Amino acid sequence: MKNHAQLSQEFNANEPRVNWHDETLWWVRQKRDKAANTLPEWEQLREAASSIKYHTLSNLNDYLQQFEANAEQNGVTVHWAADAKEHNEIVHRILAAEGVNRIVKSKSMLTEECHLNPYLAEKGIDVIDTDLGERIVQLADEPPSHIVLPCIHKKKEEIGELFHEHLGTAKGEADPQVLTAAARVHLREKFLTRRAAITGVNFAIAETGEFVVCTNEGNADMGAHLADVHIACMGIEKLIPQRRHLSIYLRLLARSATGQPVTTYSSHFRRPRAGQQMHIVLVDNGRSTQLGREEFRNSLKCIRCGACMNTCPVYRRSGGHSYHTAIAGPIGAILAPNLDMKQYADLPFASTLCGSCSNVCPVKIDIHDQLYKWRQVLMKDGQGGAAKGLSMKAMNFTLSSPGVYRTAGKAGRWFLRNVPFVVNNPLNPWYKQRDMPEAPKQSFGEWYQQNRKK
Amino acid sequence: MTSREKILAAVKKNQPELAPMAEYIQPERAEDLVAKFAIVLDGIGGKAVMVQRMEEIRQHLQEHWLGKGRIVSMVPELRDLGEQPSEVDPHQFENVELAILPAHFAVAENSAVWVTEELLQQRVLPFITQNLAVIVRRERLVATMHHAYELIGNGDYGFGTFIAGPSKTADIEQSLVLGAHGSKSMTVFLL
Ligand code: SF4
Repeated sequence: MKNHAQLSQEFNANEPRVNWHDETLWWVRQKRDKAANTLPEWEQLREAASSIKYHTLSNLNDYLQQFEANAEQNGVTVHWAADAKEHNEIVHRILAAEGVNRIVKSKSMLTEECHLNPYLAEKGIDVIDTDLGERIVQLADEPPSHIVLPCIHKKKEEIGELFHEHLGTAKGEADPQVLTAAARVHLREKFLTRRAAITGVNFAIAETGEFVVCTNEGNADMGAHLADVHIACMGIEKLIPQRRHLSIYLRLLARSATGQPVTTYSSHFRRPRAGQQMHIVLVDNGRSTQLGREEFRNSLKCIRCGACMNTCPVYRRSGGHSYHTAIAGPIGAILAPNLDMKQYADLPFASTLCGSCSNVCPVKIDIHDQLYKWRQVLMKDGQGGAAKGLSMKAMNFTLSSPGVYRTAGKAGRWFLRNVPFVVNNPLNPWYKQRDMPEAPKQSFGEWYQQNRKK
Repeated sequence: MTSREKILAAVKKNQPELAPMAEYIQPERAEDLVAKFAIVLDGIGGKAVMVQRMEEIRQHLQEHWLGKGRIVSMVPELRDLGEQPSEVDPHQFENVELAILPAHFAVAENSAVWVTEELLQQRVLPFITQNLAVIVRRERLVATMHHAYELIGNGDYGFGTFIAGPSKTADIEQSLVLGAHGSKSMTVFLL
């Protein structure tokens, strides 16, 4: 199993691509800034969004039951899944009962988290992802690399190649307009012939038992409204208390994600269509545990806008796949160790702790603080990993002993000045992607000694 | 113990002490809602058309869409322009070229229109159609989503949706393409 550092090294092998990835995401981040700046009340909105989410978490037990009762009254069947495995089994059971073996799915990071696609494939059920970006990575047999922009790491020529192979577009065709048109035709046929649709949930409302799904493409709606069976899968943290609270979240979500004033479609599903079955699967999968971890519970406020990824200097230069988890980037690095501390111990270290993520987060999650706290938890738990452990120990030894600190500093400066190639070489991990600074003639300590008496 | 009981028990045990929630009060906005709506809609790939009378809408639609394909009209005054859906099977709308819909109201800050099942008859209609025309009364324009949810209140609907412009995607190298799965164009008539 490769860790974040090794995987990003692979991503970094192609420098022009890294720069392109970096610039594309930064451009999205700038669109977010513009959108946020058009609302003078932006900060109040973030505050309210954060506070309502915290309140919901503090009363989640009641709200879940309220939601369940209202949804059932609306004619929706509610299921509870303790973990990913149970989630997958429930979905399969519903499909099997209807004798359905081909389905359409709209983007849902939860089903990615639960590895639903391979599970259903094993059971002989054909799943078509219908969000264009998701369909592209599905054709490439890859997981999404970003929660909002699933194929942001792919060049249009590569997508053209995939479409040529799978959808029969002309060889060498790489025009986004033409490729999208081909996907439209291909996916329409799927929407029209599949009897069951799975969607995610962006927000669920305790007061009314309804849930809201936001898309730009309309794929969730095409799937759900044409299918006989609609299964909506949601994490238990997606709840909000009242319908009117949607105003706050819908104002924040798309602006934070892509800089749009709102997603094209914000669909409110309350009752099944006449003759249709509607199911909701409420999934825990570690969320109730995270709720009990005081320092990390705020991460459950996340509305999955992706802003923290777009702004993160590490994510932008290492690519989503280097995080080896369904949700990449800063927020993923907090959520993943909650699921498995050992497997994801490297992720909280994949951050500069610059704080940019916390600054853009629409629900004001203290992301970089939590990453810092995870590091402490993981080190204490012995999960720092050998390399990290050694260098950290060396650093600790150096920093806690003034004599060694001075000598080490002197040695470092001497090396940098006189034999820079010893430091500026690939064996020094700090030199990777960096130029080492020019060494000052004197350390601050020496300068202070000389000057303090003057 | 069922999973339901297990989850609820774990949540109850782990949730923090009941916290109050800060409410958010929308400040008043003094702006020209019609102008704002039109500018925002233009920015997201849709088109606003200002009209004084229903007759102008009829003319506009006749000029642009008559003879181009199947039209479904859910606007009582414009029933003659197209058929009213009588089929119960949503798949029957596969080849609709234009759907003409009334909206309850529209929101200036993001140019979304609010429609519910009772106006649509068929939930799939605004998504499956190739092109979309929506009619909103000018006095039914509100400034922000906060005002929108005040209007929705605790209204009863089986399905409702905000629609803001044509269906779109930017999944291929962030190039914006209109018409991903849903309507390729959206015209909003402000009456
Ligand atoms: S943590 Fe905040 S910024 Fe990151 S995806 Fe979640 S809501 Fe968006």
